Amino acid sequence: MPAATKDPYLKRDHVAGHSDVDRATKERLISQVMADSRFGDYLYGCYECGICVAACPSARFYDFSPRRIAQAAARRDVDLMFQQMQEDIWECSQCFSCLRCPRGNNPGGVITIMREVAVKEGLHSAKDALAGYSRIIYKIMSTGTQVSPDMLQPDAFPDWGPEVKDVSENLDLWRRMLPPETMHTTTTGWQVADRTLVELYVIWLETGALDMIAQVDQGIHMILEEIMEEKLEEEGIEI
Amino acid sequence: MTDSAVAVILGKKEKFERTPDRRQEDFHDRLFELEADGELVVQRVTGDFVEVPTKYGIIKKIQKSNLWHHKSCGQCGHIPGYSTSIFWIMRKLGYEYVDPEDQTSCTAWNYYASATSNQAAQAAVAVRNFAAAFETGNFPLIHCGTSYGHYKEVRAELLHDAALRQQVTKVLGRLGKRLVLPEEIVHYSEWLYAVRDEIRARAVRDVSGIAVTVHPACHYYKLVEGDAIFDPDVYHGQRTAAVSGLVMALGADLRNYSTFFDCCGFGFRHILVQRDFTRSFSTLRKIEVMKEEADPDVVLTHDTGCVTALDKSQFAAQAHERNVGVPVMSEAQFAALAMGAHPFKVAQLHWHSTNYRPLLEKMGIDWRAAWAEFQEEAGRLKSGEQEFLTWADVDA
Ligand code: SF4
Ligand code: SF4
Repeated sequence: MPAATKDPYLKRDHVAGHSDVDRATKERLISQVMADSRFGDYLYGCYECGICVAACPSARFYDFSPRRIAQAAARRDVDLMFQQMQEDIWECSQCFSCLRCPRGNNPGGVITIMREVAVKEGLHSAKDALAGYSRIIYKIMSTGTQVSPDMLQPDAFPDWGPEVKDVSENLDLWRRMLPPETMHTTTTGWQVADRTLVELYVIWLETGALDMIAQVDQGIHMILEEIMEEKLEEEGIEI
Repeated sequence: MTDSAVAVILGKKEKFERTPDRRQEDFHDRLFELEADGELVVQRVTGDFVEVPTKYGIIKKIQKSNLWHHKSCGQCGHIPGYSTSIFWIMRKLGYEYVDPEDQTSCTAWNYYASATSNQAAQAAVAVRNFAAAFETGNFPLIHCGTSYGHYKEVRAELLHDAALRQQVTKVLGRLGKRLVLPEEIVHYSEWLYAVRDEIRARAVRDVSGIAVTVHPACHYYKLVEGDAIFDPDVYHGQRTAAVSGLVMALGADLRNYSTFFDCCGFGFRHILVQRDFTRSFSTLRKIEVMKEEADPDVVLTHDTGCVTALDKSQFAAQAHERNVGVPVMSEAQFAALAMGAHPFKVAQLHWHSTNYRPLLEKMGIDWRAAWAEFQEEAGRLKSGEQEFLTWADVDA
């Protein structure tokens, strides 16, 4: 008979998979999750009642469950949490419907923290989930607005109907037909002042947010670093 | 159940009193304490304001004029009639505002999609914007539901985490700014709710025959839920009154449906790189249920992501002969239309995907004539006669 682990919940070792990753690595990652100052506010144990699952949009369409997330985290089950970091967390919609938890938990918030650690550590799940996402990262970090009018291209959004084509064909003209003066832009949502961009760059650099990008996309990281350093040099700011 | 038993239950609901142990803390206490300790600056509500009720009874002050518009990148970028309508209503009601260029996105769309940021960066971005608003003397008004929800999370973290406060204060110091938090974090839909009677008074179109379903934005009322508007006169205080309160004030036919609480399916990363999920959820759990149970003429909501997901998801579902096909817009655009706004120059409905024309007809708006007018103006811009469409052109 296969031996149960020392886990008080009697889970068998193979259940969580990822046996190729050693226990110490898993523990290091999960302790980062638990060390986040928000973690204590996001989890107070778990009744395993499933109310969060009933509210969760992602649970309806994926093999995904905020209860499993809260349950594993409440049990401090390092193996399961690691498995979830590799297989589950990117399915979450970050809608926070699970905040209706009667225990006062925030499973979506626990997932935010797990994702952050997955990115910081360059886990495969983060790299896979963010493939095709680099353009957004570039936009948000370099321009000050996240999505821009020129992203509305029919080949990028073929499922959004013919209006996308109308917009992209008339983009410059239709942007000039917006009465608010800040919105005549096509590459950003609105006109962002130069000085403001510099301030944003200082934030990304000072808080280590830019370093996180290196783990998931080195190319974009290099481009962003160059843009920011050049701009900061122009302004005479040293980091 | 007897009629009187029902009356007792409803009577209780009207009061919607939380027992004290379920009531959330009033963040103001900590906010003013830290202000007194010199740790941060609180930007006060000034001038005329309206007091509105929130979920657990804490009163929230909504400043009416001199507002600093914290815009939404998704609204400005892809649904520009959304932001334009907010500005237009404010101008029509005669309130002053600033549309700043020293505002960045809250970056929370990216954060909830990719997690390529961290707590300190997110907080610093938020308070840099707050400091910028404070410097102008105008009070911040947040256009996006996600910015609003995220900023409330950031506020709670800053109020309770001294190490984070210190780190963020240091970053702000490098920018020559102080740590500023506003006395209230206000979403534009709360401002619309606060001035809903003024909007009704300026309405020129009868919307009583328009059937409306409302989708409340998750990040508006699920994130830091105690700070969202809940009004005993709207759904007995059991659901947020944002959007629905305005719809009721306008006299439209507000209809219920059973998946009101459900998310729109936006998903942050899903809308960009895994849209099959968004399309399925938006149409199967929201639009089809609304169509089946309430048959609305229009779906109104109050957030960037919700308008996007609910509007754009219907095209592909139509190809699969699903029961979809209802226009989606913000309540700001709907209110502006009711107040006589131009459907293309102000509400900019040509940026939307679902067919809004039957709705306009029902509202008594000649969309063919309006489009011809829009095209005529476009001709003037194309010929170089003028460079931009201005507020003066819109109000002409
Ligand atoms: S997280 Fe909350 S809602 Fe979900 S199963 Fe646990 S106690 Fe229930
Ligand atoms: S935040 Fe994530 S886990 Fe929570 S309800 Fe939304 S999709 Fe589900």
